[in-house]
Amino acid sequence: MFESLTDRFDGILGRLKGKGRLTEDDVAEAMREIRLALLEADVHFNVVDRFIERTRERCFGADVADSLTPGQQVVKVVNEELTTILGGESFQVAYSSKPPTVVLMAGLQGSGKTTSSAKLARWFKSQGRNPLLVGADLQRPAAVDQLKTLAQRLDIPVFSAPESAVESARGGLIEAQQTGRDVLIVDTAGRLTVDNALMDEIAEISDAVDPDHTFLIVDAMTGQDAVNTAEAFHATLELDAIILTKLDGDARGGAALSVKEVVGRPIAFASTGERLEDFDQFHPDRMAERILGMGDVLTLIEKAEEVFEQEAAEAATQRLLEGTFTLDDFVEQLRQVRQMGDLSSIVSMMPGAPKEMKDADVDEREIDRVEAIVLSMTPEERIDPEIVDGSRRARIARGSGTTPTQVSNLLKQFKEMRKAMKGIAGLGSKSKGRKSKAKKGKKGKKNSNKGGNSRVQPKEAPKMPKIDIEGLDLTLPGR
Amino acid sequence: MNTTLLIIVFVALMLLLALLPWMHRAWTERRGSALSQRMPFEDGKEQAPESIEGPKPSDDSVAVATQDQCSNSESHSLRTKISKARGLLSSRLRDIRRGPVGPQVWDQIEELLILADVGVQTTFDTVGRLRQTVEEKEPSEGATLLDLLKKQMIGDLSRDRELKRLASEGRVPVWLFVGVNGVGKTTSIGKVARRFNDDGLRVLLAAGDTFRAAATEQLEQWAETSGSELVRGSEGADPSSVIFDAAEAALARKVDVVLADTAGRLHNKVNLMEELAKVRRVADREPGEVLEVLLVIDATTGQNGLNQAREFSEAVDVTGVVLTKLDGSAKGGIVFAIEQELGLPVKLVGLGEGDRDLVDFDPEQFVEALFGDD
Ligand SMILES: Nc1nc2c(ncn2[C@@H]2O[C@H](COP(=O)(O)OP(=O)(O)OP(=O)(O)O)[C@@H](O)[C@H]2O)c(=O)[nH]1
Ligand SMILES: Nc1nc2c(ncn2[C@@H]2O[C@H](COP(=O)(O)OP(=O)(O)OP(=O)(O)O)[C@@H](O)[C@H]2O)c(=O)[nH]1
Ligand SMILES: [Mg+2]
Ligand SMILES: [Mg+2]
Repeated sequence: MFESLTDRFDGILGRLKGKGRLTEDDVAEAMREIRLALLEADVHFNVVDRFIERTRERCFGADVADSLTPGQQVVKVVNEELTTILGGESFQVAYSSKPPTVVLMAGLQGSGKTTSSAKLARWFKSQGRNPLLVGADLQRPAAVDQLKTLAQRLDIPVFSAPESAVESARGGLIEAQQTGRDVLIVDTAGRLTVDNALMDEIAEISDAVDPDHTFLIVDAMTGQDAVNTAEAFHATLELDAIILTKLDGDARGGAALSVKEVVGRPIAFASTGERLEDFDQFHPDRMAERILGMGDVLTLIEKAEEVFEQEAAEAATQRLLEGTFTLDDFVEQLRQVRQMGDLSSIVSMMPGAPKEMKDADVDEREIDRVEAIVLSMTPEERIDPEIVDGSRRARIARGSGTTPTQVSNLLKQFKEMRKAMKGIAGLGSKSKGRKSKAKKGKKGKKNSNKGGNSRVQPKEAPKMPKIDIEGLDLTLPGR
Repeated sequence: MNTTLLIIVFVALMLLLALLPWMHRAWTERRGSALSQRMPFEDGKEQAPESIEGPKPSDDSVAVATQDQCSNSESHSLRTKISKARGLLSSRLRDIRRGPVGPQVWDQIEELLILADVGVQTTFDTVGRLRQTVEEKEPSEGATLLDLLKKQMIGDLSRDRELKRLASEGRVPVWLFVGVNGVGKTTSIGKVARRFNDDGLRVLLAAGDTFRAAATEQLEQWAETSGSELVRGSEGADPSSVIFDAAEAALARKVDVVLADTAGRLHNKVNLMEELAKVRRVADREPGEVLEVLLVIDATTGQNGLNQAREFSEAVDVTGVVLTKLDGSAKGGIVFAIEQELGLPVKLVGLGEGDRDLVDFDPEQFVEALFGDD
């Protein structure tokens, strides 16, 4: 979601970076542009002004390192300030010593509370917990039905009392205690902060169940009003964290920045789609790095770890670097990539992926077509695509329901990429800047290891492939 | 198509190469840490984030809390509903209104518009044109300046907002409701149905959202509330055929208008937008005739609203906008940009969750609500 913000910052700061000496005007101009970029990304007006004020002061202040050129100093200050807003530790879900651990979901109408309640229940279940959901939205038509339908898919029970929202919550708590459920998630009706009656109601629900965690559900597409909403809910309920939804859209997500800064509470979870599995813990440090143009490598690695088998993956890389990667490898690879999520979101997380790729619309059905083409090839053809001539091409096209042009396009791309990869193998080794980035990654990784949500556990001692994987230059072609 | 292919090949090949060094490290490291004893970290709770400077509820939210306790649920005028949120901008407005027209006033106006989600570009354009006018007229008071601004903005909003309901001979009028997730499509259908029924028309609701959990049940309740008929499909059914069936049923049952619900979808999802385009095509086949394609936009939406309007228009030729949730503290300024840039008229406004909380869009009231203080 933050892509376009990233692009803008790259552009603005890129111009400064190269300069040996900065005039006051240079800085002022950069600040003006950053301000506009943030406003266009829906960051709240006041938050933007405070950000610019702080950054400007620091740029002219004394606390910048002497070893940097003035241009680099500005870049550094901006980066640090952004990281401060976004940054901080990931939210750690603590469990009550007296179960159940109670979670209260609050937010505006349509922000995604009910869906997120179910997703959160699924997440707790994956952590080995036994959640109970409470349908405390008796206001919107079929709200409890919606929750029940979702919960049924997860095989998680739902409690709801027809009398009132408060009674549902109270009853749910008793039900959880009696049936030994150790997490209670209370879905509530959407409400506007100007609606005093409903704000009182949710305060009453909160009093009835005394939540361990109160989450505000915020739609990533929200504009300037995000701040008012967050402040008002915070004043009524004392929020513990934010759940950000609809991150699969193309909103620039400034609301997330604003809410974080204004309420001072972390973003705990991010929701990235309508399916129940499109949901995960949010790692602010990673997001900051992503804004600053590093790509969201850590998230990507985590996903990749889940679907790839270490040995197979390392062997395939080996072949890739040697130029003996086959179309079979390719299809296998494609299947695993697919398990990681949709292609455009993967590209957006890849560091250094060319901008045209990040911006392009990806039609997922194209992958089916590619797969069909490869599957219509003979084993020899898959190993050595060079032997595919006109008649073979026609046969493959017929077999896969595509056109000969599509077949030759694919083979051409494949061969070119394969050649490029082989080239990289020759480079290898020594870029220091890159290495230090990888180290950063390592640090972040430790945190998430504790969560232990990766499925693949390597079975044998690590076998270092022949090529020096650790020292590999990570620069991608296209940059 | 060629970029897509490029991306597919690129990702499949690059991913390993780009990630393996890090994955390798993670795998190895994890093995290490699995061996060492792990501390349970149960009570990490109060890692209270330092309170970042200035989170004092601004003057704005104080205004919200103290204001307008008496919610008169009977009145449905845009003005009364919106006045609830009016306090939000009022202190800023007062400064402009009372102050002289100096250089700072332009910044203040820009701030006001941006806070209402009008958007940077549209704000600059609006203020730029106002400055031109002012060069000629030279008002000396902020209040006069504000009046000029309002007049200009109301002028920008002059557009045909008629809702079409009369189909050709032998055809059934269909209104299609589209938009991103959770904006208020289904609720707006319920409200429009209520309005038609009040006018003595027979309405049929088509449950074209066959995807979201309990979407049909939700619409079914609206059908009951508004006294409309309902045509439903099974879960996962093809939305186009549900809506087509609805049109046929409407013809047979002599219904006056079909209101078709669709599943919420984000405008950047290519497949879902294609599906929607198909829905529109099929709904327009005899006996159906699509007279309105209403894009529902949530007033809390920020600049993304413009992307939504652009993409939906391109996919299904939107004929108008329904602006919902204007009863909250959000101003819905993005529709100003939508009207300006895309020429899409806002036709209806949602002002609550009840079946009668719907009014026609009125530019004057809308602009008044953006600015007017009491
Ligand atoms: N694309 C996308 N859609 C989402 C996401 N989260 C929720 N939705 C959709 O947003 C819509 C509203 O979600 P709900 O969970 O019903 O929202 P709610 O806050 O419970 O709504 P109310 O109870 O009416 O206030 C539904 O169509 C969901 O499928 C997300 O992360 N991405
Ligand atoms: N306050 C207020 N709430 C509204 C308004 N319109 C809709 N809502 C609420 O917004 C939430 C979402 O409305 P829906 O009609 O379910 O939205 P939708 O676009 O059909 O959602 P999906 O089908 O899930 O994409 C519900 O809680 C509605 O009651 C409005 O004008 N004002
Ligand atoms: Mg709900
Ligand atoms: Mg709906």
